[in-house]
Amino acid sequence: MNDAPIIEVHDLWKTFRAGDVSVHALRGVNLSVEKGEFVAVVGPSGSGKSTLFHILGGLTSPTSGLVSINGQNLANLTNAERTRFRKETVGFVFQKYNLLPTLTAEDNIHLVQYVAGRPTKFTKEFAQVLDSLGVSSRLKHKPRALYGGQQQRIAIARAIVDSPAILLADEPTGNLDSQNAIAVLDLLKDLNERLGQTVLLITHNPDAASYSSRKIYMRDGQVVD
Amino acid sequence: MILTLVGVSYGTLDGTARRARGVGADIMIRPPGSSVLSLTTAPMTDKLIDFIASQPHVSMATGTAIQPLKGFDSVTGLDLDQFSKMSGGFHFTSGGPFQSDQDILVDEYYARENNLHLGDRLELLGREWRVAGVFESGKLARICVRLTVLQNLMANPRRLSLIYVKVDSPAHLQVVLSNLRNRMPNYPIYSMEEYTSLLSINSVGLLRNFIGVVIGIAVVVGFIVVFMAMYTAVLERTREIGILKAVGASTGFILQLLVRETLLLSVLGTICGILLTYAAQWVMRYAAPSSLAQETVYSWWPIAGGIAIAGSLLGVIVPAVRAIRQDAIEALSYE
Repeated sequence: MNDAPIIEVHDLWKTFRAGDVSVHALRGVNLSVEKGEFVAVVGPSGSGKSTLFHILGGLTSPTSGLVSINGQNLANLTNAERTRFRKETVGFVFQKYNLLPTLTAEDNIHLVQYVAGRPTKFTKEFAQVLDSLGVSSRLKHKPRALYGGQQQRIAIARAIVDSPAILLADEPTGNLDSQNAIAVLDLLKDLNERLGQTVLLITHNPDAASYSSRKIYMRDGQVVD
Repeated sequence: MILTLVGVSYGTLDGTARRARGVGADIMIRPPGSSVLSLTTAPMTDKLIDFIASQPHVSMATGTAIQPLKGFDSVTGLDLDQFSKMSGGFHFTSGGPFQSDQDILVDEYYARENNLHLGDRLELLGREWRVAGVFESGKLARICVRLTVLQNLMANPRRLSLIYVKVDSPAHLQVVLSNLRNRMPNYPIYSMEEYTSLLSINSVGLLRNFIGVVIGIAVVVGFIVVFMAMYTAVLERTREIGILKAVGASTGFILQLLVRETLLLSVLGTICGILLTYAAQWVMRYAAPSSLAQETVYSWWPIAGGIAIAGSLLGVIVPAVRAIRQDAIEALSYE
């Protein structure tokens, strides 16, 4: 059982309706990711990679098909069950960081622990992760006092504080300059190699994708070779 | 706003009652058909004074004429000798009684508000007056002139607006009241105790309706303001709600977070509102002491707090539920 893929997607469809028009964002996607892999999903705008990200993260439900994350089928989950899934299984890193502006960096990270009903304290191991992220000295600052690279590192720290089964990163370097982009990608790679964190990176940038151990290409809602 | 309006209503009535008590009379007689607060000019003949004074156990009677001015002000015409006999007289802080028909007496609040000093000229009722005295507030009126002067000026010679009666002994008050009510059946006749107790929000029908309308408007306006403020606040935080949803916060968790925050804001807002009423009170005391008086009406604190809390809760729950029901992706993409 330990060898079962942590992400398994089979014949996944997602159709959006706008009035009488149906738009197929995903058309029978098949995908498998092993635990501890660093996979990049690469594709141009409109290829369906963000929709795949949303479904794998439990942010929206699939129209049809099988989506299994850590042994849990997402296809039949209610809203409340998807909420619990996000809380227990996934960590998100977004392009726009999505930190709460009224909270300090530290409280943004604690928020995830608070929502999960866990003690809002950092373990010794996590403190070391914060050191490796290079944000230990910036924890008492609010997001507006941090530059983009620092905000994204805080967002990464927030995503992994509860040791999620998978870390989903949607264009995490999209708002960063090249120097910070490299730093963030190095961090993701380090988390994957050192801590065995499963990472799924969504990007349209081949340079960013090169940090992964495997690339999956998407076009027109399908995985292509 | 609500607390200030209620406070002004109570304060104005209490000020009127305090000045009425300061007259030193035991009974007040108003013109037929008049209400407790109406400012009639002078519809009663002064022949009534002699008639009333001749009644058993009446030690003296005196009348005043009242001419309303703009706003809350009015000029009272009085027979100063008779009034002094009844009330013990004004306590002058400067100047003294009337010396001539051009003289006017004002209380200290009116003098301070209008920057009047002894000997100053004052234009009222279409003519010029000389400030002959400034007296301590709390007796009868704020602006006084000679009775005959005011009667003639208003083309109402020998007519009175109010008659004050003093009885020879408090024990005879009810006897005199009964007698006067029998002899003058159409006249509203009150003991001063009755009259001052009638000067309350609930006893003055017109004022009760007015306060009701004003408070109603304040509640509606307050509700709309709070509702829109909270609606906008929640709308602006749609992205934050999206972040909370993304990290696994349940609907109940987000809702209770917003409700707790709203309750805290409402309580703080109520406290700020209460403090602001004290600021308004201070401003009225120093900027318009003769026309407006504001009391602190403690019983309205929880009512105002309740309105604030109810309005803000309703204002937050509706848009919050809408925002929470929104898809997390939509919420996260909100700019």
